[in-house]
Amino acid sequence: MAIKVVERRPLSLAERTYLPQILAGLKVTWDNMLRPPVTLQYPEERPTIPNGYRGVPTLVRDPNGREKCVSCQLCEFVCPPKAIRITPGEIAPTASNAHVEKAPQEFEINMLRCIYCGLCQEVCPEEAIWLQSQYSMTGTNREMMVNNKAKLYELGGTLPDSHYKWDRKKAEAERQSHSGH
Amino acid sequence: MEQLLNDFLLSKAWYFIAARGLTAIVILMSIAAYAVLLERKASAWIQGRVGPNRTNHPLIAWIPFVGTFLQKGGFIQPAADGLKFLFKEDPLPGHVRKTTYILAPIVALAPALLAIVMLPFGRLPTGEVITLCPGADIGVLFMFAISSLGVYGIALAGWSANSKYPFLGAVRGSAQLISYELAMGLSVLTVFLATATPDQDNALSLVSMVDAQKGVWNVFYHPVAALVFLICIFAEANRHPFDMPESETDLVGGFHTEYGSFKFGLFFVAEYSHMIIGSSLFIVMFLGGWHFAPGVPTVGDGLIASLFGVAWFFFKLCAFLFFFVWVRWTIPRFRYDQVMRIGWRVLLPVAVLNLLAYFLWYAVKG
Repeated sequence: MAIKVVERRPLSLAERTYLPQILAGLKVTWDNMLRPPVTLQYPEERPTIPNGYRGVPTLVRDPNGREKCVSCQLCEFVCPPKAIRITPGEIAPTASNAHVEKAPQEFEINMLRCIYCGLCQEVCPEEAIWLQSQYSMTGTNREMMVNNKAKLYELGGTLPDSHYKWDRKKAEAERQSHSGH
Repeated sequence: MEQLLNDFLLSKAWYFIAARGLTAIVILMSIAAYAVLLERKASAWIQGRVGPNRTNHPLIAWIPFVGTFLQKGGFIQPAADGLKFLFKEDPLPGHVRKTTYILAPIVALAPALLAIVMLPFGRLPTGEVITLCPGADIGVLFMFAISSLGVYGIALAGWSANSKYPFLGAVRGSAQLISYELAMGLSVLTVFLATATPDQDNALSLVSMVDAQKGVWNVFYHPVAALVFLICIFAEANRHPFDMPESETDLVGGFHTEYGSFKFGLFFVAEYSHMIIGSSLFIVMFLGGWHFAPGVPTVGDGLIASLFGVAWFFFKLCAFLFFFVWVRWTIPRFRYDQVMRIGWRVLLPVAVLNLLAYFLWYAVKG
């Protein structure tokens, strides 16, 4: 392998005075000054939130308006900072989704504890809890920083569903009961 | 009207002197306040930010266009900053030497305000010079002597604060001032050697210095002296890259670590006043004072020319203050030993050699 000898020149007088470097630096900062600012005027301008952003955890409904959470409490048990508190409840037998059997009576996420890790979303068998694009949680006291069930559904809204697991189960059960088994 | 203006500028009656002094303080303080705004805005622009653009008062915001412009430009921010300094709690730490602690900000600011009296801003059509102290012929000597006293404020602050970081800052500040004062004086001497003639009465007057630059500015005759002087005023004003007494990354806040609220505000204003005085001196000695351009002394004639001259002087001042800010956000701070090395082993020999060269030149030329 050929050896390439790199010439190492001593610093010239101009370089040792440091002045040409300073002038070059001044030019750099001058050019920077003429560029448009890169900042957002925050409360008026909002950043675009990318897909898959892990914002505030929320509860969602399916497109038919059914609440998806069945209060299995997996998220509560997996939550590393113990931010989630679920009070499980029964669904009234007269309700149209009575076959689901359980729904949360109360669902609280303490946003002072939440670390936005997304484990609740990952563990949820019903795809009921989602970390969505909401990134700004503010409140003037501790109570305001605890999202209750109503707030969670308000934040979550409706997400598209590709399974309709419980509707399929209901249809299956009905078909089987009709076929006389 | 003209009589009143003349009296205001030239009269030796005490009330006119007081009025002149007050005007100068108000102008100097507001320039200092807006220099802070310039600093904040320019630093924001250089860093790709916007800078202060929120502060406004409902009464001003109500004016169409102007109100928005003033808000976007941050022009009300200095008032808000000043009020904040005024109304904050003024703490007096238990471990400080109280008398000197309170005295230090005053000692820092007073010389800066005092040095401005010798500064010539322009010339009336009658030939009188617009300055606070007309007829004084030791301008440059006075300004150097007084403005260098500002370091006592830093030294007192560091000593009275009774803790290590302010003390280190004060020691650095004093050492730096002594180191750079020499080179500064020598570079100034070179210029006066050229402009003053042996039989001249007011050889040290800043006015005659400006008059000597009607044609070519001194910066072209004395580039080396101008460079040395420029570096020295950065050091004297404790500005980046020479802000040794403050250097917040290694000395917390430097000499004013223990200060807060209005006392800190005074130090702040003092620093900017020193910048203003340093740049005014540079403009008067090297950039032709109120003269328009090299070879073009004035624009217009009569009172217009005088007013334009004063305005032009302030324009140069603003440009120079911007240069201070620009350099601050370009060059990183020198290490303390580098500051000392530049002062003693580079600037001082360069200034001495420059002076010797001019001595020889005049000796040969005769």
